[in-house]
This record gives sequence, C-alpha cells and structure tokens, in this order.
Amino acid sequence: MSNELYILLCILIMILTTNAIRILPIPLIRGKIQNKFIRSFLFYVPYVTLAVMTFPAIMEATQVPIAGIAALLAGIIASYFGLGLFPVAIICCALVFGIEWFMIP
Amino acid sequence: MTKQTGRIFLKGMRHGFPIGLGYFAVSFSLGVIAGKAGLNALQGFVTSLFVRASAGEYGGYTQIAESAAFIELFIMCIVTNARYLLMGAALTQKFKTGESFIKRILMGCCITDEIFAISISYPGQLEPAYPFGATLVAGIMWALGTALGIIAGEVMPLRVVSALSVALYGMFLAIIIPPAKKNLAVAVCVASGFILSYLCSIIPVVNQLSSGIRTIILTIIISAAAAIIKPVNDSDVTKEDTNE
Repeated sequence: MSNELYILLCILIMILTTNAIRILPIPLIRGKIQNKFIRSFLFYVPYVTLAVMTFPAIMEATQVPIAGIAALLAGIIASYFGLGLFPVAIICCALVFGIEWFMIP
Repeated sequence: MTKQTGRIFLKGMRHGFPIGLGYFAVSFSLGVIAGKAGLNALQGFVTSLFVRASAGEYGGYTQIAESAAFIELFIMCIVTNARYLLMGAALTQKFKTGESFIKRILMGCCITDEIFAISISYPGQLEPAYPFGATLVAGIMWALGTALGIIAGEVMPLRVVSALSVALYGMFLAIIIPPAKKNLAVAVCVASGFILSYLCSIIPVVNQLSSGIRTIILTIIISAAAAIIKPVNDSDVTKEDTNE
C-alpha cells in the first residue's frame, strides 16, 4: 500500500469512528431519562471529564511544570471572576510565555 | 429558516468565535504533529473539519506517524473519544421532544468538549441552530489552524508552541469554574477530578494506562459517586443558564 493511500484510509477511519461514537447514544436514548441516578450521573459527567483532562495534563503541556501550575491557578481565578473562554485562554498562554521566558534561557 | 432560527444560528456563530480562537491556537500545534505524521495541509484541513477532537486527533496522528495498523488507530480513536459517548448521552436530555432524527444525529456530530459545554448550558431545550452555528465557525477555525500548523509548523519557536498549548486548558477552566462557583456539588466534583487524576498519573500500574482510559474511568467513578451522594433535581438541570 502506498503511503498516500495509507494516510487517506487512516483519515477515513478517524472521521468515521469519532462521529460514530458521538451519535451512538442518540438512537438508543429517546426522550427524557426518568431514572434519577442516570440523570444525575449525566449532569456531572461534563464537569468531571473536563476537570480530569485539565490536571495534571496542563503541567505536562508546558516546558516547565511550574508554568503549567501557574496557568492553572490563573485560569481558575480568572474564570471565578467571570471572564469568558477566550480571555481566560489568553491569560493562561501569556503567563506560560512570560514564565518560560525567564526560566528557559 | 425562520427569523427566530436565523437569530439562534447567529448567536451560535457568535459563541463559536471565541471557541474558534482558542481552537486555532490548539489546532495549530496539532497541525505541527500532523505534518510530522506526513499529512499535507489539505488532508489536515479535511481531517480536522470532520473529526474535531483534540485528544482524538493527537492520538490518531501519533499512530499514523508510527505507521500503526488500522485496528490500533481504530482503538485509539475509541479510547481517546469515549467521553463523547457520555456527552452524547447527556445531550439527548437537552433535545426537544419530537426533534427530527436527522437533526438529533447532526447535533451529536457537533459534539466537542466546548460545543457540548455551551450546548448543555443553553437555556431550556436545545435549538439545533445553536450548535450548528457554533460548529460552523469553530470547526472551520479548528481546520484552518491545523492546515496552517502543517505549513508553518517547523518555523514556530518552541516557547510559542508551549505557551499556546495551554489555551485548551484555559478554555476548559472557563467552562467548569463558573458552574462550580454556583453549585457546591459541582465544585467538589471538579476538585476530586483534579486530585484523583493527579494521583492516577503518579500511582504505579495505574499510570501505565493511557490518559484516555484514565479519563473515562475517573469520569464514571466520580460522576456516579456524585449522583449517589447528591442526586440532582429537575430544577438543577434546567436552570443552568449561560454565562452571557
């Protein structure tokens, strides 16, 4: 198989698999779930997933872990005071850039 | 398209824009990886436009770079994106009764961490035009970022890539912290998520699991515990208004 064909097939697999996962629950769950446990479970899922994905990954994304920790704290404080997605993201990026500027010659 | 639907679509596009800016930064660094895996800019654009998954694409490109078998790539896609299965299930609870099947499916395809987050915090039941508008803008910016990353990737200084790489996490924080401020149970969930996720990354054996698998396991355990300890009332779920 040529490399070009291999890449095209890989792209196709990625597109089909990812979207299949997204839509799989939709034909299965029609209407409101009555079960209180499942409803509560699904209510908490998004927050927990994002929290788990953020830490410690943010520490590993930067060249020095302390920059990632600083970005985490700044991001928490900024969002606590109601700043939106974009300003918070920018603050985190700027802080990491600043800290690494001083720590990495 | 009615006037009302058009207005909601535009609102979606407006909310999609800051998400798209954050995406752009992230997908640019993803493009660097895609380029190393051998994708050209057009291939990267198409892949990103239709996949729209940060961890999923990262996993995928690293597999392609290693000339992995298709089955490995397939499993990687399932593991890194399995959280979308939970999100898809959660999203069904926001659909209007009698919403057409095709629109339900298309809304499902719109799911990313951020589009899901803004859709779930949409006041009342979800209007399909909202995630569609947001996805149109954010998805195109995500794809453009990837393509540009493939083209310009090599010339970017490492410290810029490093700074941009936290954009995604900043966005995650902006999504989870405001609800945590309003709801103590959510705050405890977020804190437990941070702590347990950190512990899982340092405890031997557990830290050998891929981060995708750890995310799924922790999400299920913490959310189930929260659902048992502090079940939500209907009012908690529906009163979630947007932060606008």
